[in-house]
Order: sequence, then structure tokens, then C-alpha cells
Amino acid sequence: MSRTFRIFWWLVFIVGAVYFALPLIGTLAFSLKDKPITAAYTDLLKNKEFGTTFLYSFGIGLATVAVSVALIVPTAFWVRLRLPQARPYVEFITLLPFMVPPVVLVFGLISTYSRPPLSLTGSNTGSDVLLVAAYVVLSLPYMYRAADTGLSAIDVRALTEAAQSLGAGWPTILLRVILPNVRVAVLSGSFLTLAIVVGEFTIAIFLARPMFAPFLGLLGDADPYQQAAGSLLSFGLTWVALIIISLLGRGSQTRISVGGAR
Amino acid sequence: MSHPADPLDARAAQRARPGRSRSLLPWLGLAPFALFSAAFLLIPTAKLIIGSFQNSNGAFTLANYADFNTKIVLNAYTTSIEISFVTAVGAAIFGFLLAYAVISGGLPAPIRAAVMTFSGVASNFAGIPLALAFIFTIGRVGLLTVFLRAIGIDPYKGGFNLYSKIGLELVYFYFQLPLMVLIIAPAIDGLKREWREAAENLGATSFQFWRRVALPILMPSLLGSTMLLFGNAFGAQATAYQLTGGLINLVTLLIGDQLSGDVLHTPGKGFALAVGMIVIMAIALAGYAILQRRAERWRR
Repeated sequence: MSRTFRIFWWLVFIVGAVYFALPLIGTLAFSLKDKPITAAYTDLLKNKEFGTTFLYSFGIGLATVAVSVALIVPTAFWVRLRLPQARPYVEFITLLPFMVPPVVLVFGLISTYSRPPLSLTGSNTGSDVLLVAAYVVLSLPYMYRAADTGLSAIDVRALTEAAQSLGAGWPTILLRVILPNVRVAVLSGSFLTLAIVVGEFTIAIFLARPMFAPFLGLLGDADPYQQAAGSLLSFGLTWVALIIISLLGRGSQTRISVGGAR
Repeated sequence: MSHPADPLDARAAQRARPGRSRSLLPWLGLAPFALFSAAFLLIPTAKLIIGSFQNSNGAFTLANYADFNTKIVLNAYTTSIEISFVTAVGAAIFGFLLAYAVISGGLPAPIRAAVMTFSGVASNFAGIPLALAFIFTIGRVGLLTVFLRAIGIDPYKGGFNLYSKIGLELVYFYFQLPLMVLIIAPAIDGLKREWREAAENLGATSFQFWRRVALPILMPSLLGSTMLLFGNAFGAQATAYQLTGGLINLVTLLIGDQLSGDVLHTPGKGFALAVGMIVIMAIALAGYAILQRRAERWRR
């Protein structure tokens, strides 16, 4: 590697680093302009709506992860064990959410479930169901991939037959044999899901759910300092989730998501 | 946790050897997944597609698609496509350079790990907080804007405006670039050292190696990634919503307006708008999938 080239690559890295650092520095600096210096953060934590929207978003995120894992892991397991011929179809469906952007998905959901016989948008519970369902749909591509990658590393058939010969039923096989073996892959998919759901805006706002992102978007009218603090917090949470994923190490390569909460 | 099948099937599973089952029973194991995706993905999407071919009375019509020829819809599509194209190509080029710099550019190894982890974070950091971070930094009274003004450079007098197309593109790069770094890294890792050595032994210059060996091998990955990035930007809504408040006419924002206020005055037109999006996304992602398959020939 000649010297000029190395200088060029350093330059590329520095330009990138500056571009990525500046908005974070700008937001941090702005959040500290309030008086006293940490007021933006203490006010945000004291803000009742922050607490409720954040807990609500987190709860919705956990519900999404639970439903997604319960739906995808048995499906991926079953496809590997008994229905390899179904793989292309299942894979195709799990990739469909990439083609249906969140705004189009929520459009379709509202068109389908806003009038009888299935008027889910009319009630809070119904809207929560739709919200979780929509987020599970968003999680399909990487959750399926995570589960399938995890399963590819173990001998599904041998493990299943061994468990069966010891008298295990399907729930035992799934919960105590398969799930522990794909834990790392599924966990990384789960943290990614959680990070995306907690920051999701589009679906939340059209279903009129009290999520964190719509709250953050409107916070500026009341207190832009709190808004800056909230933005950094949101970034920090994504960071924590992704750090956990990278600490999980091998088998956790599910960092790529398209669409999501953009 | 759902049961994939009844216990009766367990004995069948024990008997079944690897290979294809002829019985229809195993398909029942896919029922939960099939029902869920039908209810919350396939039927709602089908509803949009069918609705796009119906008029207000439910009769078949193509008129909703004729609406693509009106100024507002045409403008939304051209703006969305332009922004997606510019950010996809720009991020593909710079993202590739950045990934190459940290992987093969002779930079210290910890930088590579840091850039890859950060890319995972930044590619998922988008929407409301991202738009806000840019507003706080390079908005009209943002930190950087104020600083630049103090040293005599006013970006807003120089033609820059964060709340315009160029501003939105600048913001989109924040999630486009890291996504490019993540998806192109395996391709750069796959460039074998022996290829370069072989080319050098045959007397090739660095330029010739890139022109004749590396770029042709990387080209499917590069083009495929560009298409994925295009789709990634094309479907984005929240970032633009927060940044421009709807001042920029994007397809996703127009669909949002239609959803909350029927701005097109006919449900069918809104459906057609959404179907147009699905078609463009499908083309972009199919292109990515096909090119990705080609690219994998070189990786073992």
C-alpha cells in the first residue's frame, strides 16, 4: 500500500467520521444549552408523557418480540424438519415486508380493519393488536433469517428424534431443545426488533397509538431542549441494543434491516 | 408457543426419513404462520391492489391509474425517485470507499470494528430523532449553522436549506451510508489477496487490477447494493415528515396525507398510489436479489 493511498483512505475515514459525529455533537450541545446545564434531561425524565409513551413503546416492543419469536421459531423449525419443499414460499413471504413500506402496510391494515365485521381500529385494544401485528410483520425478514441461521448450525432432525425417543412432546422439544440452541441468533433478532419498534413513527401515528416517536416529534413545540435530550436517548438505546447484539457474537449477524423505522 | 402439529404426527415424524413428505398433514404445521401473514400482510396488501382497480361504487376501473398523470402524483413519484436515486448512488460510492478504507486501506484494526458496530447503529437510527439531530445541527439556528455564520460562511445564504430536497438527501445519507458499509463489507472481504498477487506477477498496475479484476468481480454487489439502498430510501416516511412537515412532496408523505385526509378525494386513487410503491419496491429488491446471487459465485 503506497503512502498516497493510505492518506486517501484516512481522508475517507475522517470525512465519514465527521459527517456521522456532527449531528450527534450538535444535538448534545443543544441539549446542554438549557439552564441549569442538565435541565433538559431532568425535565424529560420528569415529563409524565415521556414516561407513559416510553413504557408503552417498550411494552409494545416486548409484545412484538414475544409474538414474533413464538410465530417464527416453530415455523423455521418445522420447515427444516418436515417441509423443506415449503422453504421458498415461507422465505418469499418473510421477505415481502421489504416490498411493502410501513406507510403502505398501515394503509392496507386500516383499509382492512377499520370497518365491520373486523373493526379493530375502533377500540384501543384492537388498535394495539394491529400495532403489534404490524411490527411483527416488520420483524419477519430478519427474525426468520436469524432463526433459520441458528437452526442451520444444529442437527435439527437428530435433536428432535433424540428428544422424541426420550418421550418429549412438541412443546418440550421447541422450548427445551430447539429454542436454547438458537438462542443467540433469536436474541439478536429480538434486540433489533426492540430497537426498531421503540423508535417507530409511521405505523404508530396512523394507528393513533401513544408511542414514543410521535411524542418526541411534537415535543419541540413545548421544549426543544427536552426534544434534543430525547433524540440522544433514542440514539443511545439503539446503540445499547446493537452493542448487545455484537457482544452476543457468533450467529448474531442480523444487523441489516431495510425499511424499519425510516 | 404454538404447536406445529398434533401428537399423532410425532410418530409419523419418527418414521419419516429425510426427504419429502407426501402427506398433506405436515403442512398444518405452517398454519399459524400462514394465518398470521394472510391476516396482517397478504390480505391487507391484496385489499390495496383490488381497491386500486375499483371506482367508488366497487366496479372495475383503470381510472385510478390514470391519476398518475396528474401533477401532484407525478411530482411525488419523480421527487421520491430522484431523492432515492441520488442518495443510493452517492451512498453506494462513498460507502464502498469507506468500507474499503477500514477493511483493506491499512487503517488500524480497531477502527474497522468501530466502524462496523457504528454502522449497525446508524443504519437503524432514523426517523424522528435523526431528523431532529440534523435540525439541531444544521437547521436555521443549528449549532454548525451558527458557528459557520460566525466565521463568515452562511450556508443558508449560499443556497443550502435543510428543509429542502438537498437537505433531505443529506439526512438520508445518515442511514444509507452505514447500510452500504454493512452490505458491501462481505464482498470486499471476499476479494482474495491471491488475485491481486497474481495480477501483479503478470505485471498489472494497480489501476489495471481494479479495472480488469476487482471492479468486474465487485460490480454485481455494487449494483445490487445500490438497488437495495434505493428501496431503503424510497420507503422512508418518518424522517421526511419530521424534517419538512410535508413541504416536500414524496410518495410516502402523499400516501400519509391520503390516509389521514383523503386529499385525492377518491379512495381508489390512494390505493393505486400505494400499489405503485409496491411495484417500484419489488423491482428494486428483485434486482438486488438477482445481482446478489451473481455476486456470490465468487465467494466461497
